[in-house]
Amino acid sequence: MYDTIIIGAGMSGLAAGIRLAYFEQRVCILERHTTIGGLNSFYRMRGRDYDVGLHALTNITPRGTKRGPLARLLKQLRLTRDELQIAPQLGSEVVFPGVRLRFSNDFELLRAEIAREFPQQIDNFERVVSEIVEYDDLDESHQAVSARQKLGEIISEPLLIEMFFCPLMFYGSAREHDMDWGQFSIMFRSIFMEGLGRPYAGVRLILKHLVRKFRGLGGELKLRSGVERLAVEGGRVCGVVLDSGEELRADRVLSSAGWLETMRMCDDGQPVSHRGAGQLSFCETIATLDVQPEKIGHRSTITFFNDSKKFSWKKPDEPCDVHSGVICSPNNFDYGGQRLEEGTMRITALANFDYWNDLSEYDYEMEKLRWYDRITDSGVRFVPDYRHRVIDTDMFTPATVVRFTGHEGGAIYGTPEKQFDGRTHLDNLFVCGTDQGFVGIVGSIVSGISMANRHCLKG
Amino acid sequence: MTEGDIREEILDILESIAPDEDLTQIDDGVNFRDQLELDSMDFLDIVMELRKRHRIQIPEDDYVQLASMKSTVTFLEPLMKDIERV
Ligand SMILES: Cc1cc2nc3c(=O)[nH]c(=O)nc-3n(C[C@H](O)[C@H](O)[C@H](O)COP(=O)(O)OP(=O)(O)OC[C@H]3O[C@@H](n4cnc5c(N)ncnc54)[C@H](O)[C@@H]3O)c2cc1C
Repeated sequence: MYDTIIIGAGMSGLAAGIRLAYFEQRVCILERHTTIGGLNSFYRMRGRDYDVGLHALTNITPRGTKRGPLARLLKQLRLTRDELQIAPQLGSEVVFPGVRLRFSNDFELLRAEIAREFPQQIDNFERVVSEIVEYDDLDESHQAVSARQKLGEIISEPLLIEMFFCPLMFYGSAREHDMDWGQFSIMFRSIFMEGLGRPYAGVRLILKHLVRKFRGLGGELKLRSGVERLAVEGGRVCGVVLDSGEELRADRVLSSAGWLETMRMCDDGQPVSHRGAGQLSFCETIATLDVQPEKIGHRSTITFFNDSKKFSWKKPDEPCDVHSGVICSPNNFDYGGQRLEEGTMRITALANFDYWNDLSEYDYEMEKLRWYDRITDSGVRFVPDYRHRVIDTDMFTPATVVRFTGHEGGAIYGTPEKQFDGRTHLDNLFVCGTDQGFVGIVGSIVSGISMANRHCLKG
Repeated sequence: MTEGDIREEILDILESIAPDEDLTQIDDGVNFRDQLELDSMDFLDIVMELRKRHRIQIPEDDYVQLASMKSTVTFLEPLMKDIERV
């Protein structure tokens, strides 16, 4: 018998687990996969270490900052900044035809860039910034106002609006075409006003700390333990049934498996409330180079690109949308004298889940090769051509995302309709992570913490 | 525990929750919120640490009693007076 069972050992599940174990609950995290990390895991192939997702951590405020999601996360998990060894970005950019906006962890750079590229808009930009600063992310009355509409009322240059949307949607919009004003504000702060960083050892360092802490506090973690269904009696969950048939009982269940995925597990025959599944998924190419990117003239940490004036954020009709993308080089962080052994270039592009999911095994491999080339050919229009320096490659598709997370449709940011209070139709079943509301690594950790606090610790 | 012991214990809890705060200058009569960067999650942690360390249950309606050092000590004194100091 557990106090709390947590479904999923991704960032949110592990963070929730630490909170509960720290306060002496009997807690068990159940993970279907053979490894932890979920959407942000890691693997080894042909002698090289790879991260599944990690480009950068968002919300990177300077050391000693007492406010904001990163400070909150460290405090709540009793972690120190040193343990995470976060190296700041060198500098990133948003590139559209004829316009380049650079930004770094010093917000003044973006201000100066906007003054240079869009001198007419600088006052309007300041107005947007002051509204964003005022937005309270712990306030429940999450403003479901359209960000497009709101920005359109203040900024009169459509191109600038598109240039904001491109990075913010890539890093955190579950909704096609538009964002909620609240989500826009959260993402704007976390990327532009706070900043980007990465541990030298990548995502495995973060996961190692989380899992060590959890186990050290007496938490139980069971891998290869998928939850097949939730046993419901009289409006409450009384336990879970694993894929193996084993049954475990708990006072409450906190699920990071996703909203629809969790609803389907309930065996009470309750009709699954209609909520659109997320449509947005990615392909990502990973190239290992025989040279540091800097040596071929590439110093940008992350380059968000779009090849026309209008940015399209929707499930593409094609297998991948190569008009836009995110190019990340993990080498281009300030590791304080250290450097990564090999050069790496990763490119993320929007992808169509159904296409990738329906391919035969043979075609899947062939299409991966074909689209690896197309995505790379598109990316090198915006950064120095690195194709002749590539010594190894890998690529993942929406089908890979499903394999790692079980999220329907390979939806990276889950459903567009979030469940901000984390509640479900059952008194003691709650959701955390992607579909609760906060996305990204820092976001999902904060989600796990706040849902654990609110529903599993109080009372 | 005496009121002095309780005060020490609260300082120790604050230290573990907010290691970067300077706690030497705390004014007991002023709200924690006005002199430290504490948010609602931190207040929950004070309550939870008290439960973990001393098995004291504080209902959610009473969280407001923990606004300042003075009010906290006054509120906790009857609950903690029989607890041995360790
Ligand atoms: C390519 C890519 C790049 C990314 N880059 C970044 C980045 O640079 N920075 C950033 O901040 N974020 C990034 N993200 C987003 C970030 O990875 C996610 O937002 C975050 O990891 C979500 O965590 P989560 O805990 O909500 O969910 P998940 O990681 O999806 O965790 C859910 C877990 O539940 C498990 N599970 C599901 N169903 C069951 C079941 N029935 N029984 C048992 N276990 C189950 C899954 O296996 C999984 O481990 C990226 C994502 C991708 C795909």
